[in-house]
Amino acid sequence: MIESSLKQLAAALAAKQISAVELATEFLNRAEQYNGALNAFITLDKQKTLAEALAADQARANGPVGPLAGIPVAHKDIFCQEGWRTTCGSKMLGNFVSPYSAHVIEQCRAAGLVTLGRTNMDEFAMGSSNENSYFGAVKNPWDGAAVPGGSSGGSATAVAARLAPIATGTDTGGSIRQPASFCGITGIKPTYGVVSRFGMIAYASSLDQGGPMGKSAEDCALLLNVMAGFDARDATSLAREREDYARDLDRPLAGLRIGLPKEYFAEGLAQDVAAAIDAAIGEYKKLGATVVEISLPNTKLAIPSYYVIAPAEASSNLSRFDGVRYGHRAAQFEGLNGMYEQSRAEGFGWEVKRRILTGTYVLSHGYYDAYYLQAQKIRRLIANDFQAAFEQCDVIAGPVAPTTAWNLGEKSDDPVAMYLADIYTLGVNLAGLPAMSVPVGFGSTGRPVGLQLIGNYFSEARLLNAAHQFQLATDWHTRTPEL
Amino acid sequence: MKWEVVIGLEVHTQLTTQSKIFSGASTAFGAEPNTQTAVVDIALPGALPVMNKAAVEKAIQFGLAIGAKVNRRSVFARKNYFYPDLPKGYQISQFELPVVEGGAITINVDGVDKVINLTRAHLEEDAGKSVHEGLHDGTGIDLNRAGTPLLEIVSEPEMRSAAEAVAYAKALYSLVTWIGICDGNMQEGSFRCDVNVSVRPQGQAEFGTRREIKNLNSFKFIEQAIAAEVRYQIELIEDGGKVQQATVLFNPDTGETRAMRSKEDAHDYRYFPDPDLPPLVIGEDWIERVRSALPELPATMQTRFVGVYGIPAYDAVTLTASKALAAYYEATVAAGADAKLASNWIMGDISATLNREEKDISASPVSSEALAGLIKRVMDSTINNKTAKDVLRKMWDEGLAADAIIERDGLKQETDTGAIEAIVDAVLAANPKAIEEYRSGKEKALNALVGQVMKGSGGKANPAMALELLKKKVG
Repeated sequence: MIESSLKQLAAALAAKQISAVELATEFLNRAEQYNGALNAFITLDKQKTLAEALAADQARANGPVGPLAGIPVAHKDIFCQEGWRTTCGSKMLGNFVSPYSAHVIEQCRAAGLVTLGRTNMDEFAMGSSNENSYFGAVKNPWDGAAVPGGSSGGSATAVAARLAPIATGTDTGGSIRQPASFCGITGIKPTYGVVSRFGMIAYASSLDQGGPMGKSAEDCALLLNVMAGFDARDATSLAREREDYARDLDRPLAGLRIGLPKEYFAEGLAQDVAAAIDAAIGEYKKLGATVVEISLPNTKLAIPSYYVIAPAEASSNLSRFDGVRYGHRAAQFEGLNGMYEQSRAEGFGWEVKRRILTGTYVLSHGYYDAYYLQAQKIRRLIANDFQAAFEQCDVIAGPVAPTTAWNLGEKSDDPVAMYLADIYTLGVNLAGLPAMSVPVGFGSTGRPVGLQLIGNYFSEARLLNAAHQFQLATDWHTRTPEL
Repeated sequence: MKWEVVIGLEVHTQLTTQSKIFSGASTAFGAEPNTQTAVVDIALPGALPVMNKAAVEKAIQFGLAIGAKVNRRSVFARKNYFYPDLPKGYQISQFELPVVEGGAITINVDGVDKVINLTRAHLEEDAGKSVHEGLHDGTGIDLNRAGTPLLEIVSEPEMRSAAEAVAYAKALYSLVTWIGICDGNMQEGSFRCDVNVSVRPQGQAEFGTRREIKNLNSFKFIEQAIAAEVRYQIELIEDGGKVQQATVLFNPDTGETRAMRSKEDAHDYRYFPDPDLPPLVIGEDWIERVRSALPELPATMQTRFVGVYGIPAYDAVTLTASKALAAYYEATVAAGADAKLASNWIMGDISATLNREEKDISASPVSSEALAGLIKRVMDSTINNKTAKDVLRKMWDEGLAADAIIERDGLKQETDTGAIEAIVDAVLAANPKAIEEYRSGKEKALNALVGQVMKGSGGKANPAMALELLKKKVG
């Protein structure tokens, strides 16, 4: 059962071969069994989960239900969920029980999906290794010494270790794709505006985007069908017709033009990753795709641009965590400023503080033009690069990250080294494009490698098609770690 | 040395929308603390702002009313600072690209018109309030007001006296209430003024260093605060000091301004475009729709009043202080009153009585038709002006028509020459000195006797007729 696709689970539930309660219990048991070692979940609440599962079973007994009704889903602890502790990986929200639900949560609940638990993450989604969680680092299920990637490391680990059949994540600079790559699962970051940000705790508003993380492209397509949709409560949500992201899964790939950005295969890309990517490209050629070399000349500038814009927005977004209305408030302080300073000093971790300081600095009087405006100009150049590239190809392919998962603690003292590892994922967020990670093999140390597929705006169905066809021809996505 | 005062105003007008500028919560005043707060207003994690179109529409109305440029594209920005009544840690405002740019308002001080240019008007959200009442220890926060839509209207520093500043504030007040974008309730903070004041030697081109007086919510305070601030700055400079840029508060009890913070500790607000809100785009069709629905504006109406009714510009300005007053005036004239007499009566006795009783024109016990009824009796000489004032008083108190009171109290003016002649004879007999003076060329000597004739007739004599008779008898 734990290896079943969403389609298989849905069929079993529809045929009453299994109940939602039984299904939830099975995954809960696994989660409870392995969470001590993996630390994938911040919150597991058996009672709540089983209550939701029971409700799903009753709904099914009473009439027709949605295709995913009764299937458990693990939610990244960044989506506010009514009645659930929503921590965002931070001490600041360590005791915050949300009085309302995010649009993503509402839609999942309306579809009858059962909340399996709340997954671990880098604090406020800031990080590429999941070591920045107040609730402790998540372990990569393939190798207990390795990081799972971040910031959606808990969701990636939960799916990879089969503690959950599917999970939600968010991606601001690679936070779905990179942990999916490090953990050997599939994840997609949709076009900015496809998934509502309402109730999704903001890191960098102009970059944040929610998306599914699953065992396969098909599973991701099915959950994206639930997560996506216009929401009037998010002014950046796009008012588009609902679409079926699974509609093109079976389309043959003959004639698909794949662009390989030379900058993604240049110095810095590890040999073992390059080999796995090359092999995957070879597979695509066999499936009928053609390959063309393209250029994204401003790739390197994505790093400084991102690390100005994201912290700038974050410094402002995180101002609401002031200890006044909710969240952590220091027990001892003097005066109003003392309350702010002490509460925030205690409530935030180092990486969050670093980005707040960076963001505050780049927005300061006299620096704004040199940093923030400049970064916005680069952002436009990067978006233009992609548009030029899409005149030559349908999909861009390359690595998600320059290396496989690194060791826990390896880059903890060197934030810049950690930032540089985001080089292939940041541009996509700056441009607002959809992109995904597809497992394509393993590196020299046995850690998974992910292939990144980048499409033009609203090409999610095409990306999922390209990934699905690859997964029909290969079995990388079915490999599971030994726990 | 002769000093010139330079004043510019920033006025925060609270817009009359049902719900807040970025949330669906109500904007009604006076509810229990924190009961009118959506997730956005408390700034819960994950909450996002959504623009309220009604607030934008009111900004467009204002822009059109002052002949300004309504920007087809404007941008919301975050103004970052920490304060307990500012739940997000930033205020959503407009910085580089406001919704309204330019425009002008004409003020009139001592009969002289002056055009005051506006810099801009931008949309923003109000903050909450700190609450101390009823709390033994510490400070409470009430976020009901947080997110109330404001239009901040910024003038050029073109006013040169407290009187001009007050005239500007009043003209602006009249306009925003006139077009209905603000309820004008100054007690509840619907119209709050920040006043920038500096002084410079007469003839100097550069501005002096300014200080900003914050949060004045009455015209009287604006006047007093400017006077105090000007006095302070001039004394300081004359004593060899230098004005330091600062934000100050006016204390109405002491009549003094006191520095709140200096330039050194001014905030760096770190403005940047709000990534949660796309640029505000206003289409031509929207602007045209708003334009066609705009009421006739005070300035247009004033010109019409002067042209159509032949009243002086001063009267036209006074009568258009509010839409209700202007309507009352027009209805009075439409009911048959002479246009100038109607203006005199409304600006005079009617306004005075309303002021005394702290009533609005809409609550006047004497309707426009009733006032016209009274004025017609003056016009046809049924009663004289003095009697008419008494009749109005009775109309006001008793709610009766002018004719009914004149009839009941027998106030009809005496036009019977015989009856008045007898009184004239008696008055002349008692005042031989006045007769002498008149005969020796002092024309006005007889005027004094008219009063005595009036008195003798119990106020019912027609004064013009009495004067004529006096002249005839003496001459």
